[in-house]
Amino acid sequence: MKNSVYLYILVMAGVTYLIRLIPLTLLRREIKNRFIRSFLYYMPYVTLAVMTFPSILSATGNWISSAVGLLTAALIAWFDGNLFRVSLGASAAALVAELILSRIA
Amino acid sequence: MRAEKAAGRAERRKENGEAYRSGLRHGIPVGLGYLVVAFTLGIAAKKGGMTALQAALMSFSIHASAGEFAAIGVISAAAGYWEMAVTELVVNLRYLLMSASLSQRLPEDLGFYHRFFLAFDITDEIYALSVTRPGRLNPFFTYGMMSVASPGWVLGTFLGAAAGSILPEMVIGAMSIALYGMFLSVILPPARHDRVICGVVLVSMLASGLCAVLPLVRELSSGLKTILLTLLLSAGAALLFPHKDEEEGRA
Repeated sequence: MKNSVYLYILVMAGVTYLIRLIPLTLLRREIKNRFIRSFLYYMPYVTLAVMTFPSILSATGNWISSAVGLLTAALIAWFDGNLFRVSLGASAAALVAELILSRIA
Repeated sequence: MRAEKAAGRAERRKENGEAYRSGLRHGIPVGLGYLVVAFTLGIAAKKGGMTALQAALMSFSIHASAGEFAAIGVISAAAGYWEMAVTELVVNLRYLLMSASLSQRLPEDLGFYHRFFLAFDITDEIYALSVTRPGRLNPFFTYGMMSVASPGWVLGTFLGAAAGSILPEMVIGAMSIALYGMFLSVILPPARHDRVICGVVLVSMLASGLCAVLPLVRELSSGLKTILLTLLLSAGAALLFPHKDEEEGRA
């Protein structure tokens, strides 16, 4: 049986939209509990850190060039913070590392 | 009375306009970053058997990198629709937490329809930049970001699927770093100014690294690992370092 790509998209869009919509519409009042407030405050940092490492090390398919990208991204993010410059700088550094590695090999 | 009301409305409109323009400015680097990340997504979609238009439609209706990469796998395997639903639920469940967190920054009396619009494009980056704004969040700030970020995401996907094959493998590999660069540019600048956040970031990465190598734990799907670590570590941080709210912007 050949499944329809459009039906797949409809299913995934529905599920994803509901995940985002339900808390926004149900939680209308401010949560006073200090623990929950602190939890929600730290949450984005934990989630994004967990999603970055160690997956970033397998991003290019070679851990050395990936590590170069990681280091560059971390440095630019720490001192500059501009989202686009971080992404572009990290990709460029990883590419240079790949080129050097391919010369050596 | 009527004049007063009209003045109040004009005032609000001006505020919303300013918030929207500020959002546009903050959204430009996000949109450009998305262009690069989505390009690699488009390439994957093409390889998975989708046309460029289908890939762009998927990006427009999902706005989630991990969720879309996972979906391409489901589609190319011709798996069942329920499998697609479960996959998206697991991979995107973190947005449930993000939306819950964002709901706390919105004005309590914010209209229902705003919540429906906002839910359309809560991505990791848009969420993080919205939630870290001081004070109450004006939804128009988020709309401003969405207006540049979403076209970047959709266009990038389309271009990647339509023209991705002209780029050498090496360049595509290097571009895959861009997504993580975006994550880091969201979490590291605050970490520089706040020791607790810095510690939270480092411990999170360490724990996530451990989970990737430890037996049994490493068998879990990455979406599930992300949620479990988020729950555990955020709770730990909240217990050890309860966050003092700055009262700015809260009536």
